[in-house]
Amino acid sequence: MKLVYFASVREAIGLSSEDRDIPYGARTVGDFVVWLRGQSQGHAVALDDLSRLRFALDQNMVTADALLVDGEELAIFPPVTGG
Amino acid sequence: MKKVRISNTPITTEAELSTLAGIGGGALSSFTGIVRDDGGVTAIELEHYPSMTEACLSRVIEAATARWSLLGAVVTHRVGIVPVGDPVVVVGAASLHRAEALEATAFLIDRLKTDAPFWKREHYADGTAKWVEAKLSDDTRSERWA
Repeated sequence: MKLVYFASVREAIGLSSEDRDIPYGARTVGDFVVWLRGQSQGHAVALDDLSRLRFALDQNMVTADALLVDGEELAIFPPVTGG
Repeated sequence: MKKVRISNTPITTEAELSTLAGIGGGALSSFTGIVRDDGGVTAIELEHYPSMTEACLSRVIEAATARWSLLGAVVTHRVGIVPVGDPVVVVGAASLHRAEALEATAFLIDRLKTDAPFWKREHYADGTAKWVEAKLSDDTRSERWA
């Protein structure tokens, strides 16, 4: 799955995107994000608090309990601050 | 007439509203957000999620036109570096009479603030920069349209 990161999440991880296979047993967006914490110190810092993160699966906003099935792109970012 | 535009060059309220102004309604309402000199801020930098932004803003306009009888609506948002005093966002709505345009304008900017994938970073005179935190009051304003 393609992972894309924005704003403070992108900076903490040090990447704007990466490809990762969905780990065995991960069914939801939240499962995947919790697993990603173990991938580097930057991931651990950026993804520490699920309640302060927002997610989009194939460009549609979803919550952490959304199922990963059939998704191609998961975006992880802080709450939006446009306007 | 529905139009969404993401611009990486300066925008003006007048130019963004010109089509709506000539659409033949009796009412044209708009909101322009301008970069504020907040405690030494010299500019803000806007990042967005290109493949999601336009579709998301189009959905906000669709929701407004489903709710109010509008002749047209526009949303234009800046990205990149925007200096203090420059517009960062222009939303507008045209209708036959004022009530629809006024309410739709408030709806458009309130929903944009909570739904559209933009992130602001403040730049300061000393060269430092800081990501802007989302405000709970923005969620409250957006939810009143639910």
